[in-house]
Amino acid sequence: MGDAAVYAEFGDTIDLETNQALQALAAALRAQRLPWIRDIVPALCGIALHVDPYHPELPDPILPHCEALLVECFKSAGKFEDLGRTVDVPVCYATEFGLDLLELVAKLSLSQAEIAKRHAKPVHRVLMVGFSPGQPYIGGLDPKLSVPRRATPRTRMPEGAVAIANLQTAVYPYETPGGWSIIGRTPLTVFDPKREPPSLFAPGDKVRFVPISLAEFERLKS
Amino acid sequence: MSILVNKPGLLTTVQDGGRRGLQHIGVVPCGAMDGIALEFANALVGNAPADAALEVTVLGPDLQFEHDALVALCGAEFDARLNGATLPLDRPVLVGKGDRLQVVRAVIGARAYLAVAGGIATAPVMGSRSTYMPARFGGMEGRALRMGDRLPLAKDAASLATARYARLQSKKVFDGALRSVAWSVPALTRPEREPIVVHAMEGRHHDLFDAASQRAFFEVTWRVSPDSNRMGFRLAGPVLARERAAEINSEPACLGTVQVPSGGQPIALMADHQTTGGYPRIAEIAAADVPRLAQLAPGGTVGFARCTLEQAGELRRVLRRRVDSALRALNWTFR
Repeated sequence: MGDAAVYAEFGDTIDLETNQALQALAAALRAQRLPWIRDIVPALCGIALHVDPYHPELPDPILPHCEALLVECFKSAGKFEDLGRTVDVPVCYATEFGLDLLELVAKLSLSQAEIAKRHAKPVHRVLMVGFSPGQPYIGGLDPKLSVPRRATPRTRMPEGAVAIANLQTAVYPYETPGGWSIIGRTPLTVFDPKREPPSLFAPGDKVRFVPISLAEFERLKS
Repeated sequence: MSILVNKPGLLTTVQDGGRRGLQHIGVVPCGAMDGIALEFANALVGNAPADAALEVTVLGPDLQFEHDALVALCGAEFDARLNGATLPLDRPVLVGKGDRLQVVRAVIGARAYLAVAGGIATAPVMGSRSTYMPARFGGMEGRALRMGDRLPLAKDAASLATARYARLQSKKVFDGALRSVAWSVPALTRPEREPIVVHAMEGRHHDLFDAASQRAFFEVTWRVSPDSNRMGFRLAGPVLARERAAEINSEPACLGTVQVPSGGQPIALMADHQTTGGYPRIAEIAAADVPRLAQLAPGGTVGFARCTLEQAGELRRVLRRRVDSALRALNWTFR
């Protein structure tokens, strides 16, 4: 990726096992505390290292050095199972919030309750956080709920919108445009720069979606 | 200690060397669009290279100083006035209590950095004072300056100004009439002649584009669209097409990534870029050339010259040598 970042891809399909290995690799890289590396970004099926291109210790040539570093860290990396946290995310799956639920009921031939139940049942995994601060790409969606991205993206996804596309779920920290189908909303603040940690989600986290009523949503929001 | 904002200008934000180490939770580095100009401006007033300064864009602010300060304006060539007289650029200038600094408009280039001895003292957010407007944090409440704002400066800004100015007075280059020096840092990033030439490497998805598009990217002159901003420069020119339109997984992006959405109009990702994106990347701009691209205003023109990773490294080393040799002269001034 140019001369200030390196991207290593570990496959072109998204699977949980590869992604977890990436989280372990990221942890091992972080532990090395290399002064010329600014950012370590585990992604869906690869990992990016952003470097300070003017750092005096920047290795030259950079590509073979990073390759060796990744191999070394890959070998020393522990099982990620031990490192991840579990995040419980309350979601109100009411049609007031799940703006695309009725459309999905028709498309998937499932009832609204069934969609919510299937979404909340499995333990999901944060595969990557990106695009905007704190926005998670969460894997582990029931394949019965898989729908492609909407042909025309919405110009505004509400803050806290829980939306699905393909085999993933996203939770929108900010009001931004987006092409995923909205099934509900969480009252939690996804990203708060004044909070420690600022992001509700980190790559590798286990995620449990907990269905809540409208009344509970209002209570948690306030 | 503060500066009163009479008029904010088109887009004036607090920016520093950037917010590092948080891209894995989606937090983009932000920071100065032209990092070289920020480093020069800071060095000229005796600050650390990545200290916070004001980034002014095309039409600058009108500021009132509430106490003495040592300032430097670097980057684009601006028509700027201190109490109505021309403000000398690219050098330290002593500003007195009650003085009015009008950064009027850019003459060559688009962005300049106003550094003040001691730095801008807005509260750091996640380790940086850089403003990130899309998520409304950093700098002045996460937004551009507004009329009536009082921009906080370091507590010792006035005493730093006096002490550092006193050191300048003992130098041969000192110019008392200007309250400055007859010496300036070179303008390394100004677009003296357009189209500017920016070096770029082939991107990860370069080969997915059809032959005509691959050729066009490096051959035509691109124009920076009016809907460009700190997130990205949209480049107007021929439509770039892929052989097959397959969906690409969202993956990390970086400063200088050139991505092509389905409409075929490329976007060069700049300081406030999203941390990940799902559009194919036709090119990656050499790190050394990003600050020069950042100096183009909407309507500005650029051509891309193909380079290798090794050549990009050489460009970086050459630029670093030029910056360092200018900074060495400065260290002599402040010692």
